Amino acid sequence: MPTMDPNRKKSKPVDLVDSVDSRVELTESTRSCPFPDEVLERVLSLIDSHKDRSSVSLVCKDWYNAERWSRRHVFIGNCYSVSPEIVAARFPRIRSVTLKGKPRFSDFNLVPEDWGADVHPWLSVFSSAYPFLEELRLKRMAVSDESLEFLATSFHGFKALSLLSCDGFSTDGLKAIASHCKNLTELDIQENGIDDLGGHWLSCFPESQTSLEVLNFASLNSEVSFDALEKLVSRCKSLRVLKLNRNISLDQLQKLLLHCPQLMELGTGTFMQELISGPVTEFKNMFSNCRKLVTVSGLWDATPLYLPVIYPVCASLTFLNLSYATLQSSELANLLFHCRSLRRLWLLDTVGDKGLEAVGSCCPLLEELRVFPADPFDQEIFLGVTESGFVSVSRGCPKLRHVLYFCRQMTNAAVATIARNCPDFTHFRLCIMNPGQPDYLTKEPMDEAFGAIVKTCTKLQRLAVSGLLTDRTFEYIGQHAKNMETLSVAFAGNSDLGMECVLKGCPKLRKLEIRDCPFGNAALLSGLTKYESMRSLWMSACNVTMNACRMLAKEKPRLNVEVMRDEEGSDDSQAHKVYVYRSVAGPRRDAPPFVLTL
Amino acid sequence: MASETSTVTSEPPATAVVAVGSLNFNDTELTLRLPGESRKSGEKRRFSGMIDLKLGGNDRSDTECSVVKKSTPSKERVVGWPPVRSYRKNMMKKDCKYVKVAVDGAPYLRKVDLELYSGYQQLLCAFEDLFSCFTIRNVLKEMKLMDPVNGTEYVPTYEDKDGDWMLVGDVPWKMFVESCKRIRLMKNSEAINGSELLKKC
Repeated sequence: MPTMDPNRKKSKPVDLVDSVDSRVELTESTRSCPFPDEVLERVLSLIDSHKDRSSVSLVCKDWYNAERWSRRHVFIGNCYSVSPEIVAARFPRIRSVTLKGKPRFSDFNLVPEDWGADVHPWLSVFSSAYPFLEELRLKRMAVSDESLEFLATSFHGFKALSLLSCDGFSTDGLKAIASHCKNLTELDIQENGIDDLGGHWLSCFPESQTSLEVLNFASLNSEVSFDALEKLVSRCKSLRVLKLNRNISLDQLQKLLLHCPQLMELGTGTFMQELISGPVTEFKNMFSNCRKLVTVSGLWDATPLYLPVIYPVCASLTFLNLSYATLQSSELANLLFHCRSLRRLWLLDTVGDKGLEAVGSCCPLLEELRVFPADPFDQEIFLGVTESGFVSVSRGCPKLRHVLYFCRQMTNAAVATIARNCPDFTHFRLCIMNPGQPDYLTKEPMDEAFGAIVKTCTKLQRLAVSGLLTDRTFEYIGQHAKNMETLSVAFAGNSDLGMECVLKGCPKLRKLEIRDCPFGNAALLSGLTKYESMRSLWMSACNVTMNACRMLAKEKPRLNVEVMRDEEGSDDSQAHKVYVYRSVAGPRRDAPPFVLTL
Repeated sequence: MASETSTVTSEPPATAVVAVGSLNFNDTELTLRLPGESRKSGEKRRFSGMIDLKLGGNDRSDTECSVVKKSTPSKERVVGWPPVRSYRKNMMKKDCKYVKVAVDGAPYLRKVDLELYSGYQQLLCAFEDLFSCFTIRNVLKEMKLMDPVNGTEYVPTYEDKDGDWMLVGDVPWKMFVESCKRIRLMKNSEAINGSELLKKC
C-alpha cells in the first residue's frame, strides 16, 4: 500500500488496460522532461477532466506517476470495470470518488433485485487507503444502512454524500450520516429506492453542524421536524442548495426563506395552502430577499393562485423544474412570461402544445428541455404534447442542445424541421410512447426523422430513438453520428444489419443499450473488436443465444460477458439479458445465482 | 429496491417521527348528532362513543390481508416502458392519497396511502403491519384493533372533508377514500376485560 512517504516516486505503475508499459519504452537516458517532479505534479493538479488526465497518464512514465499522485477525484463509470484495490494502488491521494453501478435499464425494472453493485467492498478498501476521503457520489449502487454507518464513522473529514437512484438503505442510514459527519457540507438524496422510516434523521444533525451547503431531501416522503429544520437552516450560513419535500407547507417555506437569503437553488414543498380567506397576500413577499436564486424546483400541487408568488425571482432563474407540478398551458404561459433567462426547463406534458408555444416565445436562451409524461400508461384520457409543441419550441429556442421529449405522436417532417432549427443538439432523446409507432400522418417508419437528426446535428453525443424504425435508421446513425457516445434503442430495427452499422460506423460509441430488437448473434459478434473500447453493451429480449455469448467471452477475455437468467428458465439456449463490459478486475466475484458470467 | 412496507423494529416508538405538534388533538372532540341526519347526499353517521357501533360497510370486497396495488385496466403494459423512472411514476401516481394515522397514547404518527388498498379489511391489515402490536378483532361485524398485551381495544375513526369525526367502515370504501383526511385509532374505553382502564405509554 502506498504511503505518504515523499520517497514514493519510484513505485511501479499498476498494469491496466491502458497501461503505459505496453506503449512507451522510455529509459533514463532518453528522458527529456525538464521539470522537477513536483512542478509537473503541480501543473497536472490543475487538470480536472478525467479524460484529459487519462491522456496525460499515457505520455510517459513520469507523467503517469505525476498524474496519479496529483489526482484527487476518480470517476468510475462502471464499478465492475475495476476493483477498489486496483484503484487504491494506482491513485494514492484520492479525496473524491464518483461511482456508478447497475446498468441504466435497472431504472426501468429490467434488472432483478440483488444484482450487485454493492458499495461496501469499496468503502472497506477506501477506509484504509483514503482515510481522508471527503466526497462520495453514487449512482445506481446498492447501499445498506450498515454501509452508511461505516462511511459516517470511518472517514473523519467526510464532507459530501450524493446518492442518486441507489437502493437498499433506509432513513436510519441517514441518521448515521447526520449524527457523525461533523464536517458535512453536502447531503443529496435523490430518487432512491429508500425505506422511509420517518423524518427523525434530520433531527440528528447536532447543534454544532453549521457547515451544510447542500441539503436535498425532496424525494423522502416522511415529515421531518420543522423546528429542527428551521434551526439547521438558520445556523448553516453557507447553505446554497435546499430542496424540501412535499410535507413542508407554504407558510413553513416562508419561515425558512427568512433564514437563508443567500440560497441559490430551492426545491419548494407543497406550493399551496388549503385556507380559503385571502392567503396569497401574506406570501407575496416570500421571495423578495432571495436575490441569488437561480434554480427552483418542487412546486408540488402549485395552483394558479399561488404560482405568482415566485414571479419576483423568475427574471434571474436559469433552471426551472416544473416536472412535478401539473400545470396547464395558461398557467405555464403566465409564469414563463417572467422567466426570460431560462437555460434549462423541465415540464410535465399537462402543459400541452400551447404551453410549449409559450416556451418558444418566452425563453430564447433555452438550452435544455425535458418534457415528462404525467400519465405514461393512460392513453385514452390525455394526449399530452405532440410534434407541434416540439416544433414551436425549436423555432423560438435555437440554442437547444439537450432534449428529452415524451409524446404520443410524431412525424418525420416535424423532426426534420426541429433539426434544422436546432443544429446544436448534443443530447436528443425522443420517446414516442407507443412502441413501434410510425409517422402518424404518412404511416411511414420514423427513419427519416432520426436520419435528419444525425445528419444535421454533428455534435450529437447522446441519442435515444423510438417509434417504428427499420435498419435504415441505424444505417444513418452509422454513417453520420461520428460523435455519438451513447445510444438507446427499443422495439426497433429489422435485422442484424442495423446493429452492425452502428458498431462499425460510430467511432466514439461508449454505451449501447438495446431492448426488444431483432438483433442476433451476427450483430453481437460483429462488435468483437469494438467492445473493449466501450464502457458497456446491454441487450435484452433480442435474438442472441448462449453460444454466441460464450464465443464472445472466449475470444475476449478482457470483457465480462454476463447473462441474466429469466425466472422461468424457459429456453436455456437463448440469452435473455446480456450485459457486456470491459474490465481489468476479471469476472465478478459477487455475482448472484441468476447472473452467469461466461 | 426497498420493501414496500416499513420494517418495524423492536425499539420503542420514540425513535420514529414525532410530529404530534402538527396534529391538533383539540380538533378531535366528539360531538353528538342524531343518527340518520346527514348533510349531503349519502348517509353519514358521526362517530359517537355512545351509539352502538355497527358497520354498514358493503364494500369490503375481499378478506385477504395483502396489499393490492391498483392497476389501470388499460392496454397490456410492457415492463419498463415507457422509460420513466419508478420514483417519478410513484410521484405522479394519480390520486395518491396519503393520510396520517394517529394512535391514542402513542407519540408518533404514521402515514398510509389509501390508494394502495381496495377495501377496509386491507386497511386494517395495514394497521396491523404499521403498529405491530395490534391484531384485528372483528366482533359482531365491528371493526376493531386490539392490543393483545393489555386487552385495550382501538376503534378506527377518521376525519372527513367536513371536519367531522366518523367511524371507519360506515360508508362505501371509495367514498371513504375520497373524504378521509386523517385517521385516528381511538382507544375504546370498553376494554376486553371490562374492569381496568388501561393507559398506554
